[in-house]
Parts: sequence; C-alpha cells; structure tokens
Amino acid sequence: MRDGKRTAESGRRETAGGKGRLACVFALGLALVVVPTIRAQTVAITGGKVYPVSGPPIENGTVLVRDGKIVAVGANVAVPNGATRIDATGKWVTPGLINALTGLGVIEIGAVPATVDRSARGDSGVAAAFPVWEGINPASTLFAPARNDGITSVGVVPTGGLIAGQAALIDLVPGTLTEMIGKAPVAMVAQFGDPRSGGSNARGEQYTRLRELLEDARTYSRRRGEFERAQTRPFAARRADLEALVPVVEGRLPLMVNADQASDIDAVLRLARETNVKLIIAGGAESWKMADKLAAANVPVIVGSMINIPQSFATLGSRQETPALLRRAGVKVVLIANGSGGEEVFNVRNLKYDAGVAVAYGLAWDDALRAITLTPAEVLGVANRVGSLQPGRDANIVVWSGDPFEFATRVEHVLIRGREVTQPSRQDELMQRYKTYPPAYRKP
Amino acid sequence: MTIRFVGAAALGGLVAVLGACAPAQATPATQPRPASSPATARDTTRPAPGAGAVSAPNADPFPSTYTAPTSRATIIRDVTILTAAGPTIRNGSILLRDGKIAAVGTTVAAPADAEVIDGRGKYVTPGVIDDHSHLGVYAAPGSDALSDGNELTNPVTANVWAEHSVWPQDPQFPRALASGVTTAQILPGSGNLIGGRSVVLKMVPSATVQGMKFPGAKYGLKMACGENPKRVYANRGPSTRMGNVAGYRAAWIQAEAYRRRWDKWNADRQGDAPQRDLGLETLAEVLRGNILVHNHCYRADEMAQMIDIAKEFGYKIRSFHHGVEAYKVADRLAKEGISASLWSDWGGFKMEAMDGVRANLAMVSAAGARAIVHSDDPSGMQRLNQDAAKAMAAGEQIGIHTTEDEAIKWFTINPAWALGLDDRIGSIEVGKNADVVLWSADPFSVYARVDRVWIDGAPAYDRANPSSWWRTDFELGNVPLPTGGK
Repeated sequence: MRDGKRTAESGRRETAGGKGRLACVFALGLALVVVPTIRAQTVAITGGKVYPVSGPPIENGTVLVRDGKIVAVGANVAVPNGATRIDATGKWVTPGLINALTGLGVIEIGAVPATVDRSARGDSGVAAAFPVWEGINPASTLFAPARNDGITSVGVVPTGGLIAGQAALIDLVPGTLTEMIGKAPVAMVAQFGDPRSGGSNARGEQYTRLRELLEDARTYSRRRGEFERAQTRPFAARRADLEALVPVVEGRLPLMVNADQASDIDAVLRLARETNVKLIIAGGAESWKMADKLAAANVPVIVGSMINIPQSFATLGSRQETPALLRRAGVKVVLIANGSGGEEVFNVRNLKYDAGVAVAYGLAWDDALRAITLTPAEVLGVANRVGSLQPGRDANIVVWSGDPFEFATRVEHVLIRGREVTQPSRQDELMQRYKTYPPAYRKP
Repeated sequence: MTIRFVGAAALGGLVAVLGACAPAQATPATQPRPASSPATARDTTRPAPGAGAVSAPNADPFPSTYTAPTSRATIIRDVTILTAAGPTIRNGSILLRDGKIAAVGTTVAAPADAEVIDGRGKYVTPGVIDDHSHLGVYAAPGSDALSDGNELTNPVTANVWAEHSVWPQDPQFPRALASGVTTAQILPGSGNLIGGRSVVLKMVPSATVQGMKFPGAKYGLKMACGENPKRVYANRGPSTRMGNVAGYRAAWIQAEAYRRRWDKWNADRQGDAPQRDLGLETLAEVLRGNILVHNHCYRADEMAQMIDIAKEFGYKIRSFHHGVEAYKVADRLAKEGISASLWSDWGGFKMEAMDGVRANLAMVSAAGARAIVHSDDPSGMQRLNQDAAKAMAAGEQIGIHTTEDEAIKWFTINPAWALGLDDRIGSIEVGKNADVVLWSADPFSVYARVDRVWIDGAPAYDRANPSSWWRTDFELGNVPLPTGGK
C-alpha cells in the first residue's frame, strides 16, 4: 500500500529545523510535510455556528474553502458563484478533531501480531530511530470510523522500551501513506517510571540512561566525522539512534515522555532542564499535583479525562479533574481518549466524548474543544496547517448537528483538505447487512 | 487495550467450594441461611455428617451478612424519573422509606420527618446494575498479588467461587458506587471453558465479602467460548474451538450423572452418601435451575452452538456476555429468551471481536431480545449510561429509534433480570428496594454527573459531601481524596 517514492514526489519538504545537518541525510531524521495536489474546488459552509478555535465563535458564519485550503471565515463572507454550498444552518462547525496519541494504522487487531507494528524491538530498550509511520497501513478498516466521527488527524505514537521511537501526525485522508502524512516526526517518544522499561530495573537507572543517551547524541552531533573514522569513545546507542536523537538535543524535536507518578514527572522536568530538551508529558495521571511546575516550565501535558482508578502504584492519584486542574494552572492540555475501550485504536473516534467528560469534570467547554484541535496541533508543531479555522489552514472541517461532545449529535460532514471524506466503514456495512431479519444479504 | 485483553485471556476463575447445608430441606435459593443446618433429620441413629459432606441444592455456606441500614424517609421532588418500568415521569416525586420505594408519581405525600430533596432539573433512575464485573477479583492497583480472577490450572474449574477471591478493599468499589452502580455481578475470568461461580455484590463498604453479598441472590456460572480458553490451554488442550465444545459436553455429561446420584440420595438417604465434588455440584445446580449461566461468547456462530449444547443437556443460558456479534442472531436470542450483555463499542482487539458495531445494543433491543450494557471493566462500569447513549445514537443512524424509556432498561431492569433479581431491583416501582440514583442532568447526556445514590433507602453517596465518601482501607494514605487542586 505504501508509496515508496514519498520523499521524491513530495511537493514541499521541510526539515524540523534545518540548521547544521550533514549532507548525509537519513530519512529518519527528516520532518516531511506533504501536500498532495488537489483539484480546484470551492466549498462554502454557510449559516452555521462556527468555532474557529483560534478566535471567538461566529453565529451564522461562513467558512470558505478553495483548493483544499480555508480562504475566509466570518459572518460576512461573500460566497463566489459556482461554489459548492453546504448548508450548516442550525449546525455547529469546528476544525477537524485531532487525537494526538493513537496507534491508528499500526494496529489492526491487537491480538494478531502480524497486524501490529507499534513497538520496535530496539536495542536494550532504545529505538530512537524507529519511524512508526513506516508501518502505517492506509487500508486499515479503522480509519473510516474515526473519520466518520469527526477525527481528521491523529498522532501515531510508538510504544514500549525506554525510547520507543518517533511519532508522526497523519491526516485521515483516504489515499496512500504519502498523502496521509502531515508531519513526521512530530516527537521522540520515551517512557519514564512504571512500568520499568528497556532493561532498566529502577527509576534512577532510567534517568541515567536517558541522560547518557541525550548527552551522547549531543556529542555525536558535534563529532560525526570522528565517529565515522572510529575516533570517538563508544556511545550509548547505535548510530541510527543517536542520529535520530540529534533533533531532540538541538531543541528541534520535542521529547514526549510517558510519565504518570508526580515524582516521575518531576524527574523528567529536571532531566529536560539539565539536557535542554523540549518536553511533552504524556499520560500524566498525577500531573495535577505538578501543575504549577509544568506551567512554569511551559511543558504541555497529553492527558485523558476518563480514568479515576489507581490502576498501578504509579497512578494512585488518577482523577478525572486533571485536565481542568492543569488548565487552571495555565498548563497547555492536549486531551486524548483514555477510556477503556481500545481508545488508541478501535475507538479513537471517542475523543469527543472524553472532551465532554472533561467538561463534566470542570474543564471549560472552549478549553475542551481547543484541547482536541488547536492545542494538539501546536504541541505537535502543525498548527500552521491544522487545528483551527483560519485563512491559509488546511480545510479540515466538521459540521455537527449540535454540540460535538454530546452522544445524540450526528456528524453531518467531514472535510479533510477540502474534500468530503465520509464513506461507509466496515462496521456500517455490517450494520446495514444485519439490521433486518432475515439479514438483507440473504434476501433474494 | 492489548494488555487488558491479554490479561482478560487469563481471566477465568474457578471456584470450587460448594458448601452444603441442609440437604433435605427445600430452601429457596433466594434465602440466605446459616451454614450449620442439620443434615441428618431423618436418621438419628448415626452421627450427623458435617454439612460439608453433603451436596444439597441451594446450599449457602457463605451466607450474606449484609443488612440494610436503618434510614430516614427521603423524598425527591420535582424531578424527572426514568422508571425502567414505564413512561418517564416528569415533575414527579419519589419517596424512599424503610428501605423500599414507598411511592412514586406526580403527587406523593411525604411523612413530616422525611428529608426533602429538590430535584428540579435533575433525573432519578434505578440504581445502575452491571452484570459483568471483575471488581475485587482483579483489584486495583493491578499486580500479581491482586490478580485472582482466573484459576488457570484446568479448563474446567466449576469448583471455584469468585467470592473467595474478592478483596473488599478494592478501591474500584467506591468508584463504581459514585457512578451510580448499586449492584454488580462479579465473575471469574474467561480463561477457562467453565470458570466458576459468580457472586452478586452490593456496592457497600464492608470488611468482608459476606457483608457485600446481595442477600438471596442466585449464583451465576461463568462459561467462555472461543479464543481465550483455546489460547490459555493451547499446549494441553483444548487448543481448538472443537476442543472447547468437547470440553463443555464432557463436563455436562459428568454433571448430569452427579445430579442424578445426589438427587436420589437426598430423596431416599439409602446407603452411603455419594462423594461430594464441588465442581460437579455447581454444574448440577445449573441443571436443577438453581444457578444462572453467564456465557462469554463473541461470535454469532458460537452462540448458536452454545444454545444447542444447553438444549442437549437441559439447562438455560441466561445471558451471552461480550456478544459483539449478537446483532447477527438477535432474533434467535429473542426466541430463546436469552439476554445479551454487551459493550456499546468495543471491538477489534482480537479476531472474534472484529465485527463489533456500535448499534449492537439497539439492534438486539429492536429484535425483541433483552439488551444489557455491561462493562467487564472498572472504568467503563462507571459510564454504562454513556455506553447506552452511544448505542442509541448509533441505532438512530441506521434507522432504529430507541427511546430513553427503553434504553434505561439496558443498565437497570434487564441486568436485574439476568441476575434473577428483577423482582427486587432494577426499576422504580413501589415495593422494590430503594436503590436509586439522582443525576445532575439527563443520564444520556455526556455532562450528567451522579449527585446522590441510595442503597436500600440509605444514603450511600453524596457528591457534595466528600467527607461522607466511602474510601477503602487501601486508599487511606495511598490515594488522595479527589477534591480541590494540588
């Protein structure tokens, strides 16, 4: 399914930072932004209650889309002749939702290993070079349900080990991986605390290893020539892993660390300060205890709203008010689906309900919408393209029959890069087949 | 998720303890009774064998010690009541007195000393019932030390009882209560063909499991189809689905012989009593109709086979659990009188879960079968109302309209029926146990929170009063009270 010529045919390519790279370019280290060609088309979504997220809601607003991009948003936008109109009167219009932490496309059936490509074997728990997106299967049956429920982009995040690998952001546009990739990598993913990972037996050992890896990557980046001539001391990781960590130590690629226990988050904050890396905390079960420190360090937290159970000794302080408490302290909050029903894969679509539950537990409604649109886009470095309804942004837009967080609300339209993308999912086909007895497929 | 299900594969407990008490007395299954009833009423010439030596129908060797606390009469006024027994009552009132629902309607007179609660803008429902939970047997925090739900030492462990694994200090219990759950069936896991006996618990604090047991509730028997048992026993067998089926049938053949032996001996007391076997005793009780079968079964084709096995040996299946394909055979389930205990939207995590669809509950319900929304999960358990709402919406999208009056049954009276307790709990009707939830808003809204819960008319949870919250022993010093900020 994958298009091997992705880099060659990409219309635009930008590196995560660009400075100081050697000519020897490892695909691993590149950030790709691919904008496929879209035929000229103008779409006007009119009459709806528009939530640009980047600005205040607009009653009876219009969103104008041309060639896959938003060109105007407002109450007084002239609709050109010939535009395809979507009447959103009485409807709500929002940016497409972004679920920042998923295994979509790299897990089809969790218990069938042949369909699981989310965790690398790595080298003693280090898989920094692992580009999880290379395993994404665009033919996954799980994209359509997510898309049909208003998710337009997801973070595909590797798991396992001390350093799990590199995450990507993909748009759920039907097509090849080349067309889907929004940006890769968007973060380096690591894990600290419990469970013990990558051959480490204690938190202090994890700390030391992470620090050593980051320091070695920094040294490596300055001494590549000597390294190639075997004139350096041994490093703590393989060359490809060190290379992948260079953008992290240069501050061009955030380090997303899964950490739950308050003391683990504290340790990771210390590590990030000492090594000068840009940090994102994910998981964050007890992050509410560290809210002030996280705010002061300007570290965003990727967190859910569903879990209030002390599932492990690292999450004794789990509570559903965490998103609200973090926001109150000024922390950037990215909401993810963290309920219990396979919400990183099969039920990625449930993100909107997690947002609703976060509101029930004290998060302001506007903050909840931002936490599943613009904030994840900012945190993953793609806010210039997705996450809000502003001129120049990709036209990733959802039209809802009402409040997006409510169960009874229907998704009316989903546009990704200006194109309607809803289509019956495998689940829809099954339901259609069996909604009558005897099943329709047995009827003459 | 993956981890969860790997673990779930290991679920399957067995409990092997049948207590025997009064053999010759016809004791209703629903009445708890002391374990020491005389077993030798007819024969005074021999010393009485210990009650434990005798296999007696409806024995109750670990009787409930729960008693409803005395409570003040309570009336909730001007509230919307989803009764699970008829149409929604708007601007209604409900009176709880002496542990029962004493009155419900638009005009209800309250005793002078009753606590009066203003229910304006709020909703009342029956206490939520989850007929598939592993609270206590897979307690939090998850660890080997607390992993007591699957006795994976033999594919048939009808001899084990879930209650002997329940840790009453599991911090998941008070969270279930605070989400409106008042009754839950705790099941052994699904790693075995026959996993053992379930137990029905009230969500009440107690130092012992006996103190949580629902008085007079029937036991359930956990059975499991498909992938889990054949994976767990891949090396020793069963390693295939046909091996699974051979295993169930072999067990029932033994059970029927055992049942005949003991029924005969209990009737005539001639000769030596047969040797008691805890596993066969549980199965014999199923054959006598005294224990209800709860059958984990994802696929439609396997459900049909389990129905045939039940007919072959003369027992009833009370509910298929996790039936992600129930919608494919919903008409059959309706015809056979078998309920379907379902998630709204779980699926995909293994082959047999591939065909999960979100309208499953609505489709099963529309076909006339009893639809039940269940959790199998301590987090999902706290949002059965939301699961129901998701399924209603999914049904709507394919043209199946489900009213709130119907959907409320999915997590109240229908699971009450699955547990054989629908005459006592599960609906707002005069005379029923006063297990009642007061919600801040329509429970089918994502924004609804549980404000208060009563069990047997006694206040069990009050969101506005954190000092009253049930905190398990484990939580003291370990788990911060979820109030305020840092």
